[in-house]
Amino acid sequence: DSQQADTERLSRWKKWRRTSSKSLKKALGEVKGLSSYLVLWQHDIHSIEGKFGTGIQSYFSFLRFLVLLNFIIFIIMFSFVTLPMIVSEYGLFNSTIAYISPRNIEDNCTIYEPSGNKGLVYYYTYLKDLFSGTGFLEMTSLFYGYYTIDAVWISIMRYNLPLAYLLATFAYLALSFLWIIKRSVEGFTQNLVHDADPFQSYCNKVFAGWDFCITDPNAARLKHRSLQYELQMDLQEEKLKQKIAQRTMKEKLRIYSLRIFINIIVVAILLGCFYSIYRVTVFSQEKSTVSIRNDTRTDSVNLLVQYLPSMVITLANFIGPLIFSFLITFEDYTPTFEIRLTLMRCVFVRLANIGVLMFSLWSQISDCGTDKCKPCGYNYKLYPCWESDVGQEMYKLMIFDFIVILAVPLFMDFPRKLLVTHCSCKLIQWFGQQEFQISDNVLEIIYGQTICWIGTFFSPLLPAIATVKYFIIFYIKKFILIHVCKPAARPIRASGSNFFFLAVLLIGLILAFVPLGFSIARIPSSKACGPFRNFNTSWEVIPDTILEFPTAVQQILFGMASEAFAVPFFMI
Amino acid sequence: AYKRFSELLPKEERESACSARVPKSHILTLPELRANPFQHRICHVFSTSETGDGSMSFEDFLDMLSVFSDSATLDVKSHYAFRIFDFDNDGTLDRKDLEQLVNCLTGHGEESRLSSAEMEQLIQNILEESDIDKDGTINLAEFQHVVSRSPDFARCGGLQR
Repeated sequence: DSQQADTERLSRWKKWRRTSSKSLKKALGEVKGLSSYLVLWQHDIHSIEGKFGTGIQSYFSFLRFLVLLNFIIFIIMFSFVTLPMIVSEYGLFNSTIAYISPRNIEDNCTIYEPSGNKGLVYYYTYLKDLFSGTGFLEMTSLFYGYYTIDAVWISIMRYNLPLAYLLATFAYLALSFLWIIKRSVEGFTQNLVHDADPFQSYCNKVFAGWDFCITDPNAARLKHRSLQYELQMDLQEEKLKQKIAQRTMKEKLRIYSLRIFINIIVVAILLGCFYSIYRVTVFSQEKSTVSIRNDTRTDSVNLLVQYLPSMVITLANFIGPLIFSFLITFEDYTPTFEIRLTLMRCVFVRLANIGVLMFSLWSQISDCGTDKCKPCGYNYKLYPCWESDVGQEMYKLMIFDFIVILAVPLFMDFPRKLLVTHCSCKLIQWFGQQEFQISDNVLEIIYGQTICWIGTFFSPLLPAIATVKYFIIFYIKKFILIHVCKPAARPIRASGSNFFFLAVLLIGLILAFVPLGFSIARIPSSKACGPFRNFNTSWEVIPDTILEFPTAVQQILFGMASEAFAVPFFMI
Repeated sequence: AYKRFSELLPKEERESACSARVPKSHILTLPELRANPFQHRICHVFSTSETGDGSMSFEDFLDMLSVFSDSATLDVKSHYAFRIFDFDNDGTLDRKDLEQLVNCLTGHGEESRLSSAEMEQLIQNILEESDIDKDGTINLAEFQHVVSRSPDFARCGGLQR
């Protein structure tokens, strides 16, 4: 019967399709499983997630993201800026350097003698130089001053180093921006779905709250606690909202005036921080330029003076949040708003401190009272190569940040834990072990990353240091988490916090744009060192290069830059 | 799946695993169920034993795995979830069921329970959100309606396999 044969053939075809799709799915699943081995730290992060919850896991995957980002920034800067320099230094591939002496510049501006270690010096001077970025380190490819050439000739090709330097800077900024946006968009859509129906949040939490994939009893305990905390928080907030809605006019007046008063205190504290950072930076810059290199004592004092801005900033970053979390208890907000506002204030303190530091550095460099910078446009006596100086300052900040992150657990949390486990004194038991504070840790690494972004223009190898630093920090934090800290009493939900971390990171990046933009476009580049000697400012490379293009290309580029085109382009 | 089922049986009965029934205590040693607060309800719902002791045959085991797998539809999952949450087996989720459900979620032990005022408020909110006919209980249709709009249910209602 032909119909029967037809149906048999059809079902055989369907059967084949089904078995092949099943085996394809299986193969894809196995490939996915294998590829998880290739991702950095996948296994570690998974085990952290299982034991400590998704809030803490989001911190560690954020850390991993920063390691990768810094590594790629380092690759960009290295391959476009440092590699041609090194190739030409050693004459590989038949390469030579083109060195054009600056024209129309007074001789005074071009004097730059980095005091490298000449002759016999004590061994500790190398150590001191390592920490302060001066001495022998100043002349290496770590800092801007090394790249004092105009072009590299590789066989017959001319490699325009100044243009490459500037474009690489723009490239890494753009890459960071796009990558962060891409990651936050993924998180944002998740967030949207999560809060899709606020009318159903209770049902969602109760009926779908339990994650059936949990197999570890510790993780189960954690999940129980976090569910309990979430439900209690939501109920508390609802009660508080009802209470707020029933406030009388007199109470409202009292609370608003109290809030205004506390905000004024907060602003006053911030201004105090900023002013002290400014004074300390000015002091440190003035004092460290007069250094006697042979006296041990003045050398160590000198090192201390050089690290003074970093110390003050770290102190402000530490004290600020403590004061803010104390003050906010008086302001009578709902718990979630309290947490967010304190976090916002801490973020502001940390990022604004960096801004004030940059501002005070610039005020020193462009300090043009009493004709100090007439010939060159900047304070050439104190700062013959000011970009290297700024790079050194960023380098010192990064090193000090790293030291603090290493030292605080070692000298504060670890002894605290030893005390708690071995001494049964009531007071110490009440004090307890250190909790793993996610938000503090995240702000710490965002602060470090902002320094890296600002500093990479002045010190092209800084991302490499940042990569190594974050790599080591991962293992340190993991060790602290597992052995030293007790789990947080208030578990945080991952989806909201992921988006928040990326948003703050984006704020840090945009903050980094400002000093960089200012120093590239407004402050005259140093005439004594660096690839931008022959230009007024670093930005001038681009208009100059465009003027060398054929006229047709110029027209196109000017058309693109004109407003009619650029605005819609950026909108999209 | 058959391998996992037979591992749960004591050695002597392994050959006749197709027809054997695994007692509840052994089922609860499965890693997926060990940490699950609804373990007893799950065993009870999927077990077809007449004595009501919660023991499961191989078919019951397969049923359980298929409902919890990724390829089960939302309908199937929500149907079984309703039965699991229905602690007194009366076909609706009333206040007592909800109370027991919340207690299961927040964990065992005295300090992990919500206070009675909080529990009242929570149950009130849940009923407000899901009880459409306002009869004070949630029946299967209302439950499925609520769950279909919940973004978390599809993600977390599955065993990892």
